Amino acid sequence: MMFRLPAALAVLLFTVSAAHGEVRIADPWVRATVARQKATGAFMKITSPVDARLVEVRSALAGEAEIHEMTMDGDRMKMRAISSLPLPAGATVELKPGGHHIMLLNLSAQIKENDTAPLSLIVETANGERETINIDAPARPLQKRGR
Amino acid sequence: MNAGKRALLRVLLVLGSLSFAGGCGGDGPRFHSADISGANYGRDFELLDPDGKVRRLADFRGKAVMVFFGFIQCPDVCPTTLGRAAEMRRLLGVDGKRLQIIFITLDPGRDSPEILRAYTAAFDADILGLYTTPEKTLETARAFRIYYRKVPTGSSYTIDHSAISYLYDPEGRLRLAVSHQSPSAAVAADVAALLQPSSTTDKETR
Repeated sequence: MMFRLPAALAVLLFTVSAAHGEVRIADPWVRATVARQKATGAFMKITSPVDARLVEVRSALAGEAEIHEMTMDGDRMKMRAISSLPLPAGATVELKPGGHHIMLLNLSAQIKENDTAPLSLIVETANGERETINIDAPARPLQKRGR
Repeated sequence: MNAGKRALLRVLLVLGSLSFAGGCGGDGPRFHSADISGANYGRDFELLDPDGKVRRLADFRGKAVMVFFGFIQCPDVCPTTLGRAAEMRRLLGVDGKRLQIIFITLDPGRDSPEILRAYTAAFDADILGLYTTPEKTLETARAFRIYYRKVPTGSSYTIDHSAISYLYDPEGRLRLAVSHQSPSAAVAADVAALLQPSSTTDKETR
């Protein structure tokens, strides 16, 4: 029966931490690259239980990672690095093509389909607490085929 | 491609052919995309393909041609637009072979011929990536009314640029300006319309 204790404990701990609230990341992905391509985008859904901001992203695969906002000015597409991305309490903020994305620059290697890219997201709550969330974002093909 | 998309395309194609059967009636737009027939820009280009061969718009007579300017480090609009173009070719079935998709890089400094070839092939083996010198890139973009500008970011740079695609009819005339947001089925229907012989008869230049 001893083995049941850790499981029960884990459930208990999970419940406690969930009650405290943790930033949740859903459906992360990066766009695969071709050989020698030096940059790509990462996308995901982020939900914070409290008012917070995504302030920094790091990846072992990328020399630099920036939080970008894509905007349209008429038919002109613009991409700009932003210092942080607001994460209002309880709202799911989606980083997706046509909006925000994580720009991974100076890639050290090609990211092939089915590879995963390690990402560390640093979130700062309104009262200044920082949390680092480590995720592995699977690579989707350049071409998302219709099915 | 799912059944819903196929059905939608069929409806759009039928609607397209009906409006052409109607002849020169002026009831509303015949295309989903903006009709820019008669435009005095985007007439031709002289660029290199990844094999170093000179390519001109006139080389593709007999096919509808879709031209898009972009850059490969682009995480968003460029792959979305090329993905849509590849999807359109599939939606068009056999007619897809009569659509030439051309990607012109605005970033010849980084987009080497090898990267260009690998990148376009990742979407569709028949997409042609073209490049030239930075100076001629600027000239070509101007001649096509394509805006672009390098913007430093971190230790690198990104490029602001027009997100429009141009569609040419099989006679090589610029006909439609396509928003990057138009769905693949609507743009595929426009291509199907351009491929119909009747689509060019009432727009002859005087």
